[in-house]
Amino acid sequence: MVFDWTFLTGAGVATKLFSGVVTTLQLFAAAWIGGLAVALVIVALRAISFAPLGWFMRLFVEYHRNVPTVVQIMVWYFGVPEILPAPVQLWVNRSQSEFVFAAVALSLNVSAYYSEDIRSGLRAIPHTQIEAARAIGLSAFAAMRYVSIPQALRIAVPPLLNRTLILFKDTSLAMVIGVADLTYQVKAIENLTFRSFEVFAVATFVYLTFSLAIMGAGAWFGKRFPPGFKS
Amino acid sequence: MIEIIRHHGTLLLVGSWPNGPLGGIAVTLLLAALGMILSFPIAILIGLARIGEWRWSRYAATAWVYAFRGIPLVMIIFWAYFVLPRVTGVAVPAFATALSAIVVYESAFLGEIVRAGLQGLPPGQLEAARSIGLSYRLAMWHVMLPQALANMLPSLVNQFVSTIKATSIVYIIGVQEVTFAAQQINSFEPDKALQTFVVLACFYFTVCYLISALAQYLERRLRSRRQWRTPPTPTGQEAT
Repeated sequence: MVFDWTFLTGAGVATKLFSGVVTTLQLFAAAWIGGLAVALVIVALRAISFAPLGWFMRLFVEYHRNVPTVVQIMVWYFGVPEILPAPVQLWVNRSQSEFVFAAVALSLNVSAYYSEDIRSGLRAIPHTQIEAARAIGLSAFAAMRYVSIPQALRIAVPPLLNRTLILFKDTSLAMVIGVADLTYQVKAIENLTFRSFEVFAVATFVYLTFSLAIMGAGAWFGKRFPPGFKS
Repeated sequence: MIEIIRHHGTLLLVGSWPNGPLGGIAVTLLLAALGMILSFPIAILIGLARIGEWRWSRYAATAWVYAFRGIPLVMIIFWAYFVLPRVTGVAVPAFATALSAIVVYESAFLGEIVRAGLQGLPPGQLEAARSIGLSYRLAMWHVMLPQALANMLPSLVNQFVSTIKATSIVYIIGVQEVTFAAQQINSFEPDKALQTFVVLACFYFTVCYLISALAQYLERRLRSRRQWRTPPTPTGQEAT
């Protein structure tokens, strides 16, 4: 097999690759921010003790954990527009709505996992910690700021980063509805140039670089901020 | 939704079998189960290499784990689709291509489960086994691995759920599993997309939810059994 990297300079190949990487990163960023925001809302809502709301939130979390991400993306892209009002459907058909639907699906998917990780971080701090902090004279805010949140973060951040890695890899699934991310562009370039090996190698390298950065962040955090205590 | 299930239920369950090839959720489960079974021996080797004394095998296993945890499954499927026919010299069926990709992908995750299982055992187990005269290999085979496997069971069942979910992407290379069936139904009945995909989601949900519940049951049983058998040690050893 002869490796030929000159194809990279060929008609629009580098542009395609670059726009694929940008789309992947944009989708990742959108889903990450959206997912974190929804997760915080879920954590707050699950603290309210109102049974029907509790059931609904449990169903929300279980749906996103037990249905493949691909299927969740399909439900949003193929299914949901059917029940939207006509003007919105028109917009969906006209514009590049794949990105929006993929971002929504990935956000909701990751929010279910994020909310569970945050909740288990919060639950792991015994209430006596707050009581002890208040007893030595810290205000309620200072007790949170200096005692419970630092400890909860040490427990919650490693699983959150692990899920962030999965989210980054899951952005590749958006290609099934035609989002022109890195995976999609790789397929397009392969069809165009037949340089499968080279283009797969480039894409694999790009994915691996970002994944290793996220894994490295996790390893660094675990070393720098080990859990305060073991329950 | 009832209509979709009534008209296309068997397509989602078993594909066009018995008049045609097996498909539907049956192939999904088959693919996930075979993927787990075939990757397990590789995972044990990875787990042993990761905790072993030999530096180069440790580096190789670590690189394998980090690489395949960092690449999306879709990319691994592309690689398998491209590499396998060249290596074997014949056209490889879609199912075998998907299975190979899943075996490689899952071996990294299972390898980490095996490593955690082995490292979760008290170090005294290996020391005791060695001191009664077992070689390192025999101590691993007869003392460490059987105990680690028992402790890993809940994680393995959870990983099975992850594998089932991961297989949903293999329809892109034409494997006729349940997501493929749903795409077919969507092309027969394009005006019922929401119902079709919600039914598909319900299929996955039912299967994965039941298996997750089994994992939780196993975990509870394991925890109660472990408390009964060993008192908490001051070193705070815990299975991860």
